[in-house]
Amino acid sequence: MSQVNRIAGSSKRINRNRTLTFSFNGKEYQGFEGDTVASALLANGVDVVGRSFKYSRPRGIITSDSQEPNAIFQVGSTQATTIPNPRATQTDLYQGLTASSTNGWPNVDFDLMGTVGKLGGSMMPPGFYYKTFMFPQSLWMSYEHLIRKGAGLGASPQQNDPDSYDKMHHHCDVMIVGGGPAGLAAALSAAQTGARVIISDEQNEFGGSLLCSTQSIDGQLPSQWVEKTVAQLSDMDNVMLLPRSTVFGYYDHNLVGINERRTDHLGEHQLQSTRQRVHKVRAKQVILATGAHERPLVYGNNDVPGCMLANAVSTYINRYDVVPGKQLVLMTTNDNAYKTAIDWHQTGRKVVAIVDTRAASNGDLVNKVKKLGIDIFFGHGVIEVKGSKRVKGVDVAPINATNHSVTGPAKHLACDTVASSGGWSPVIHLSSHTGSRPVWNEEIAGFVPGATVQQQHSCGGLEGIYALSNVLSNGFATGAIAAQAAGKGDGSYVGKAPKTSDPQEDASMALFHIPHSKKTSRAPKQFVDYQNDVTAAGIELANREGFESIEHVKRYTALGFGTDQGKLGNINGMAITAKSLGKTIPETGTTIFRPMYTPTTFGALAGADVKHLFDPARFSAMHKWHLEHGAEFEDVGQWKRPWYFPQPGETMQQSLERECLATRNSVGILDASTLGKIDIQGKDAREFLNRVYTNPWSKLGVGKCRYGVMCKEDGMVFDDGVTACLDENRFIMTTTTGGAAGVLQWLELWHQTEWPELEVYFSTVTDHWSTMTISGPNSRKVLEKICDVDVSSDNFKYMDWIEATVAGVKARVFRISFTGELSFEINVQANYGMQTWKAVMAAGEEFNITPYGTETMHILRAEKGFIIVGQDTDGSVTPQDLDMDWVVGKKKEFSFIGKRSWTRFDNKRDDRKQMVGLKPKDPTFVLPEGAQIVFEKNQSIPMKMVGHVTSSYYSACMGYSFALAVVKGGISRKGESVFLPLSDGTTVEAEICSPVFYDPKGDRQHV
Amino acid sequence: MLLIHCPYCEEMREEEEFSPAGQAHIERPLQPEDISDEQWAHYLFFRKNPRGLHHEMWLHAAGCRKYFNATRNTATYEIMETYKMGQAPRVTANEEGQS
Ligand SMILES: [Zn+2]
Repeated sequence: MSQVNRIAGSSKRINRNRTLTFSFNGKEYQGFEGDTVASALLANGVDVVGRSFKYSRPRGIITSDSQEPNAIFQVGSTQATTIPNPRATQTDLYQGLTASSTNGWPNVDFDLMGTVGKLGGSMMPPGFYYKTFMFPQSLWMSYEHLIRKGAGLGASPQQNDPDSYDKMHHHCDVMIVGGGPAGLAAALSAAQTGARVIISDEQNEFGGSLLCSTQSIDGQLPSQWVEKTVAQLSDMDNVMLLPRSTVFGYYDHNLVGINERRTDHLGEHQLQSTRQRVHKVRAKQVILATGAHERPLVYGNNDVPGCMLANAVSTYINRYDVVPGKQLVLMTTNDNAYKTAIDWHQTGRKVVAIVDTRAASNGDLVNKVKKLGIDIFFGHGVIEVKGSKRVKGVDVAPINATNHSVTGPAKHLACDTVASSGGWSPVIHLSSHTGSRPVWNEEIAGFVPGATVQQQHSCGGLEGIYALSNVLSNGFATGAIAAQAAGKGDGSYVGKAPKTSDPQEDASMALFHIPHSKKTSRAPKQFVDYQNDVTAAGIELANREGFESIEHVKRYTALGFGTDQGKLGNINGMAITAKSLGKTIPETGTTIFRPMYTPTTFGALAGADVKHLFDPARFSAMHKWHLEHGAEFEDVGQWKRPWYFPQPGETMQQSLERECLATRNSVGILDASTLGKIDIQGKDAREFLNRVYTNPWSKLGVGKCRYGVMCKEDGMVFDDGVTACLDENRFIMTTTTGGAAGVLQWLELWHQTEWPELEVYFSTVTDHWSTMTISGPNSRKVLEKICDVDVSSDNFKYMDWIEATVAGVKARVFRISFTGELSFEINVQANYGMQTWKAVMAAGEEFNITPYGTETMHILRAEKGFIIVGQDTDGSVTPQDLDMDWVVGKKKEFSFIGKRSWTRFDNKRDDRKQMVGLKPKDPTFVLPEGAQIVFEKNQSIPMKMVGHVTSSYYSACMGYSFALAVVKGGISRKGESVFLPLSDGTTVEAEICSPVFYDPKGDRQHV
Repeated sequence: MLLIHCPYCEEMREEEEFSPAGQAHIERPLQPEDISDEQWAHYLFFRKNPRGLHHEMWLHAAGCRKYFNATRNTATYEIMETYKMGQAPRVTANEEGQS
């Protein structure tokens, strides 16, 4: 199929020497380099590009920019490279591009939803979301997949993105958003002061509205001025130009987020380069030069393909040499849109008529059109479009805008294109991102940026300044002012503003919604938000049902909820609301736009911060040994810890039983390097420990260790560990693996904010040490073989530590136990970790020394009733709840952290959840962790829950299953039965017992 | 994303380096045992949530690891000042005519 709508034309924006083949909905087409997918489709005469969400109506391209609500495609040929929802109007064409409609399954021309389900229409009135989707949930489940399948908004890629992305950070004096006439002028003027300037634009080249303008600047084509200005800026070292770069967000303290699409226009998956790059710019001053978007008018059947924005029609003609139809009817409220009729006329195609809602106009453009002999209907509106898959004609009638009525009979005009213009809306989105409320400007009938706390300027169309000469002079002035605010220049532009002559324009009319001879609710659908099928009648219904705030109207009708954030329809929707409530638009309110300005891919936002670069993994010095010995790993914080060491053919349970028995009967070894270690020094270190731990530290001698519990000020346990006295003023504190960073921060907090008078210093030394724990009755025999110090029980007592040489390496050895067995924790400088570990393994070989992982550690400690903070506690458990009052110092002078809270009423209750042991009646059944506990088996639902299982295992050493749990008043209920109703409907019984199951007297660790 | 001046590093740094640490100027009662449960509860749990100026602690977590104070407008996110621990704010709500 040839490009039926491509005219001879003279645009330099497309390269006719490079023909590009692409496919849309499975059919091949051709376009040129410089085309967007939208311009190429229009060139090929493709009318229907999708189906609407609710009513499944055929939809065509309406705009030529980021406002586009209909031409939202799935682009890409593979599951890895497919991109959901780019706008065809902003997608550069490349050779081989594959696109399809996201709406309109199974295809846009045959409408399955319309013929079979009729899910749309009467089944989805406004408020459908509120009335149906919010409750009951079951209904949402049944509708949602049908709606998504039938009218969905694109599909996520099913395979990993092969492309690479990155981020750059910049600082600059002046950041300019938008490279149209205002932005370019501002950039030139700011840059001439020597200020560091960054200017970005979302299009493939700079120029903005000038790329499709016919108005001369300094006697030249506007594109020539753009070329010259861009060349000038490119030559300056202090200027960075970012084309194809969308500012997606404007954040607090003048941070601007930009997504630069570096290779998207070249094709899918460019191996050698970064596909997209996010620039984070922290600017001293920001100039928003985002221009204005043309506003469509709201009229009957205004969604029939062929209904377009006036300026979009001009853009396709002037920029792409594409005339998107044969016979044009233009409806306008202003002089400006007359340009479109002139542009169309000059292509040699027919302008059927101009329908001007105003009573008259005597502007230059209007007079020019009159001279061309084009019919103008003043005081008229296009009240209704005829046609389904393409406009076939329009009904034009005289209207009274003041009382919203049609005042005479309609006249039918045959045409295939309707261009409409209701004036312009400044693109205020970015200025809204930081919370600034836009203000209504009556003169231009549009919102402009309001007061802001950012270092922000705006110029050109965004300020409602539309005449080119004014836009340019405003741009130059703003650039100089912003540069001065950044400390560069004197605030005045030194150069000469170029000469342009603007046509004299008569006043435009503030009109948004064209009346129909029938009342709105009975007239043909008048669409406001195309993406969500929100109509004027729907908005009026919402108003009648009591939704008056525009934010409520939005949520009720889904106005502005599409991927376009209602760029095209929001102002019209507000105007219709205002009219139906008898209010003004500013009284009705404004809607707030939020990032992203246009959808941004997750890849771009993630950049290179994926996998290990996003979440680094930490490994102990012995990690390689664990790998070589077949360990399975468990994530503990960022650490990779050996979970268990399966031998060939073993199940996990078999491994655990073997590891447990070996440790209890001979000797096991654990890599404990990940425990947090904080070196605490200073003459007040001891006093500091007294204040942060619940137990006393005043008398702990050098060479001794002590277990301590830390509480938060609310009295709840938040970490525990062993701290050793290294010297009179020096301690080494161990913390839980996951709690290390938090504990250090906690200590710093108290020291810096409450007790700065204490002389104490904290250093994290976790990574400095490798720690291996040998545990079991033969552990001393192993240590004796490789240690130069007498470690007999007389010389090296439980809870002592010594300095020694272990396997030739200087070590700190702690005689502490987390298994209840005779245990030694050997600490060596981390770079000797592997060597020492291997030496210990060799020494232990004759005792069948068995490496074990975190799971066996958990079982062995639970058999002893030792808690794991964060597993057996959850931030609502006191030491008393844990039956650990022995760890609370009774005679400490200082009211240590947490103490006062234990006397609060709630913490003194007898029926608090308390730590106990549980023995299931069936000794082979392992209770699920998290299982809820009840006292009475036969209760109606909801049952009274009195606690839950915190740790639960099968003990190979004891030969039965057991658990730790918290139970209301559990400490005084030992011997009683409790019940656990499980998720499979069964209920099991268990007996409350002491949490210390194994060696309750503690003989084994003291040998 | 805020740009925050660390009064110890004496530099403007990105918010990513900091973590918020709650309301500033909460003093721990010197004799916790001497005050009522209610007074203790106020110290423990009761926090301001003003629209407007708020004195709050921040931690330069990925920097000098120091806690410091900031006076921030919770509505506009402007940071009026940052100051060292133990110092008094220069900008206060009363001066700004706010409650
Ligand atoms: Zn700092």
